[in-house]
Amino acid sequence: MKNKFDIMIIDDEKVVIDSVVKIGVLNNYKVDSAENAIDALKKIKDNDYKLIICDIMLPEMSGFQFLDELQNLRVITPVIMTTGYSTIENAVQSLYKGAIDFIPKPFTFDEMTGTIKRGIKYSELIDKKGKVSDSGIVYVSCPSRYFRFGYSCWMKEDFNGTVLLGATNLFLKTIDNIKEIELLDLSEKINQAGPLAKFIDNEGFVHQLFSALSGRIIERNEKLLSNISILEKDPYFEGWIYRIIPTEFEYEMKFLIPCSSDR
Amino acid sequence: MNGLNEIGFFRKIGLKLILIVSLTVVIIIGINSYFKIKSQSQVLLAEVERHAYQLSETVKNSTRYGMLLNQREYVDEIVKTIGKDPEIDNIRIYNKEGEIIYSTNPKDIGKMLDKKAESCYACHTENKPLEKLSSKERTRIFKPQPNSPRVMGIINPIYNENSCWQADCHAHSKNATVLGVLDVTISLAEVDKQITKNEIQELLFAIVSVISIGIIIGIFVKKWVDYPVKELVKATNQIAAGNLNYEIKDLGNDELGYLAKSFNNMTKKLNEVQQQLLQSDKMALLGKLAAGVAHEINNPLTGVLTYSSYLLKRTKDNPELQEDLNVIVRETLRSREIVKSLLDFARQSTPKKSLIDINEVINKADAVVHNQLNINKIKLIKEFDEKLPRITADANQIQQVILNLLLNAIDAIGPNGGTITIKTSQTTLSPKGIVHVKAALCPKNHNLIDNDHKIGGLPSIKIKMKTNGNEGFLFLDPVYGRSKHYFGIPIEKNETIKLSCPICDLSLIDKFEKCPECGGPVYKIEIPSQGYLEGCASFNDEWQRWHYIDEKGNKKFVEIQVSDTGCGIPQEHINKIFEPFFTTKGQKGTGLGLSVVWGIIDNHNGTITVQSEVGKGTTFSIKLPEE
Repeated sequence: MKNKFDIMIIDDEKVVIDSVVKIGVLNNYKVDSAENAIDALKKIKDNDYKLIICDIMLPEMSGFQFLDELQNLRVITPVIMTTGYSTIENAVQSLYKGAIDFIPKPFTFDEMTGTIKRGIKYSELIDKKGKVSDSGIVYVSCPSRYFRFGYSCWMKEDFNGTVLLGATNLFLKTIDNIKEIELLDLSEKINQAGPLAKFIDNEGFVHQLFSALSGRIIERNEKLLSNISILEKDPYFEGWIYRIIPTEFEYEMKFLIPCSSDR
Repeated sequence: MNGLNEIGFFRKIGLKLILIVSLTVVIIIGINSYFKIKSQSQVLLAEVERHAYQLSETVKNSTRYGMLLNQREYVDEIVKTIGKDPEIDNIRIYNKEGEIIYSTNPKDIGKMLDKKAESCYACHTENKPLEKLSSKERTRIFKPQPNSPRVMGIINPIYNENSCWQADCHAHSKNATVLGVLDVTISLAEVDKQITKNEIQELLFAIVSVISIGIIIGIFVKKWVDYPVKELVKATNQIAAGNLNYEIKDLGNDELGYLAKSFNNMTKKLNEVQQQLLQSDKMALLGKLAAGVAHEINNPLTGVLTYSSYLLKRTKDNPELQEDLNVIVRETLRSREIVKSLLDFARQSTPKKSLIDINEVINKADAVVHNQLNINKIKLIKEFDEKLPRITADANQIQQVILNLLLNAIDAIGPNGGTITIKTSQTTLSPKGIVHVKAALCPKNHNLIDNDHKIGGLPSIKIKMKTNGNEGFLFLDPVYGRSKHYFGIPIEKNETIKLSCPICDLSLIDKFEKCPECGGPVYKIEIPSQGYLEGCASFNDEWQRWHYIDEKGNKKFVEIQVSDTGCGIPQEHINKIFEPFFTTKGQKGTGLGLSVVWGIIDNHNGTITVQSEVGKGTTFSIKLPEE
C-alpha cells in the first residue's frame, strides 16, 4: 500500500527541510523529506506525492539531474526548484527542464506558502499523463504561434519586433481568486526568469510571474489594473500584460516551449 | 642580473669607439707627419746645400787670386777667416794627391787623405776618378765621429786653367784637369735641431689630438649611448622584476630616444593587458566567491526567515513581541538583498527601483550602525535637506551604499572617536562633466566602448588615431565635457589627426562640421538612441557638443555627502578603492564594500566621487539623478 503525501522536500540542509515541514504542517499538508536526490527517487517509487520541492545544489545528484531522472522514469509529479544560488541561469534551466516553479532561498513563510498552494493546485489540474485535464474546470491552452516559459508566462511576437507578454490560463487557474495585480513601471528593464508581475490573492499571498524574455517595457495593459477580470476571461488576447522590446531574443528563445507542442 | 656592470671594461662600446677612432687618428697623423717632416727636412737641407755651395764658390773665388800669385799665407788667412763662422764646420783644400794644404783647422794641414775618405769618395768610387760631378753628387751628409752632430760636406773641384799653369810659380802642369778640391763642411746641428723640434711638435700634436678625441667621444658616448643604455637596462630590469609602472625619462629624439619611447609604450600596453587579466581574474574570483557565499548564507537565512515569519504569524496578539520579530524579519530580508546584490554585482544586474526618500534611507542605515557609532565614540551629524524630493532608486541598495560608507568611516576614525557628517542636498548641474556616455557606435554600428581602459573609473571610448605616420589609440573621456582624454601616441598642436573606428577603420570625422572654437575638424560618434556626441578633433580646445543632452538642459541631482574625520586615503590608493578586492584592512576586509557601492551607484546612473586628505578625513559624494 502506497503512502500518500502532499509534499516531498529534498534539501541537504536540515534547517531548510524543517522550515518547509513547518510551513506544510501549518497549512495542513502532509510533508515527507529526503536529504539527497537518490533517497528521494526511492521514496517517489514507493509513495505518492502531489508536489516535489527540490534544491538544485545537492550532493551526488544535482537537482537538474533529478529532473532528468524523473522524466526518464515518467514521473509526472510537478517539481518546484529552489536554491541558495539564485541566478537567472538556474531559474531558466529549472523551468526549461520541466520544473513548474522556481523559488530562491531564503524565502519567507508567505512566499513559500503561496508557491506550495499554486503547486498543489497545478498538481490537481493535471491528469495522470501530465497533460492538463479538462475535467471539472474550464481551461484554455495558449494558441499556436505563442511560446511559453515554463507553464506560467507566454510570449507572442507582435509588430515591429515588439513582443507581447502575458500569463497563461493555467497559471491564473493555480491562483485562488486574484484580487490585485502589481505591474512594473514603463521603460523598466526586465530579465528572463526575472520578476514580471505580482498577483495578490484574496488571502494576501503574493504570486510572482517570471518573465519569458529579457527586454525593456514599452507599453503596459493599463486596463488590467482597473478591471482584473479581463485577465481571466481572455488571457491570450485582451489580457496581455506588457509590450516589450526584447534584448536577447535569439538566445532566450531556446528556453521557450512552443504552445503548438501542447496539442 | 645587474646588467651593465657585468660588461668588461674593454667591451664597452665607448672604449671600443675611442680606441678605433684614436688608432685611425694616429695613423692619419703619423703618415701626415712623416711626409711633412720629410719635406721640411728636404727643404732645410736644400737650403743648407745652396748656402754651402755659395760659400764654397765664395771661398774658391776669393782664394783664386792668392792661388795664382801663390801667396799661401793670403789663401790660408781667407780660409781661416771664413771658417770662423760657427755654422761652418771646416774648410779644406786638398791637392791632387790628397794632401790637405789649407784648412780652418791648422792641425789638419799636411795630412794625407785616403781615397776612401768622405771627401774623396764621391769621385773615387770607381777605379778611374771622375772629373766632373753634378751638384747633388758633390754633397754628402755624414758624421765625422759617431757621437758628433751630422755635417754636410760639399766638394768643389778646382779645375786647371791657363792662368794656373802659366803662373810664375809653375806649380801645376798643363796636363792636369783637376788641381785639387775645395771641401766645405757645414754643421747640420741647427738643421737637425729644427727637424727634431718639428718631430716633437708633430708627436705632441698627435698625442693631444688622440686625447682630445678620446675625451670628446667619451663624453658624447656617455651622454648619447651610455646613459640611455643604462636607463634602458634599468627599465628592463624593473619590468623583469614586475614593476610595470616604470617609465623611462625622456631620452631625446635620437634612435635610443625612440627606443625608450616605444619601450614605454610597450610597458604601458603590457601593464594594461596585465591589469585586464587581473581585473577579469578578480571578477571571476568574485563570481565564485559570491556563489559560495550566497549558497552558504542563504540556507541558514532560510531558517531564520521562515521561523521568524512563522513566529510573527503566531504572535498576532502580542504586539510587543511582534515589534521585535518585525526587526528580525526586516533585517533578514535585508540580508537576503545584500547577498542578492552581491550576486547581482558579480552579474551587473539592474536595481529594483521605486520612489524613495533618501533621508529616510539614511535614518534606517544609521539605526543599524547606531551601537557601533556609540562604542567608537563617534558623533553622527545629519544635515538633511528637508525638502529633498523623492527619487527613483532601490531603497535596499541605497541603504547598503550608506551603510558601507558609514562602516568605512567608522573604521577610518578608529577607537578614539570623531565625527561623521551626512549631508543631503539638491543640486542642479550642467550636463557637462556629469553625463556619462555608456554606449557609443561607429557608423557601422561597432561598439566603441572599451571596458579595459578606464578614465576616472568609467569605461572609455576607444578610437583609432593616425597622425604624422604614427598610429595608436585615443581613449576619449566618457564623461561629456570633461575632456580627460588619454592619447596613446603623442600629438602636436595643429597636426592633422585622423580618427577612425578601431574595428572597421571607418572615419569618425564629420566633414561638414568645423569646431566653432578653433575651426578645426570635428569628430562625431553615435550614442544609441541619444543622438550624437561631437567634439574638436584637433584637440586644441575642449569643445564638445551633445545636442540630445544639451536640449534636456541642466540635470537635477540629489547629492549625498558622507564625510569623516578619519585617517584619510593616501593618493596612491584613491584610484583603486572602487576595485573589487582592493583592501587596506588586511584580514578584516574583503575589498568588496566600495566596489559594491560603485556598482550600485553606477546602476542608478549616478556618480560617486571621493576627496581625501591623509590625517584629516575623507568625503564621499554621491549624485543620484532625480528622474
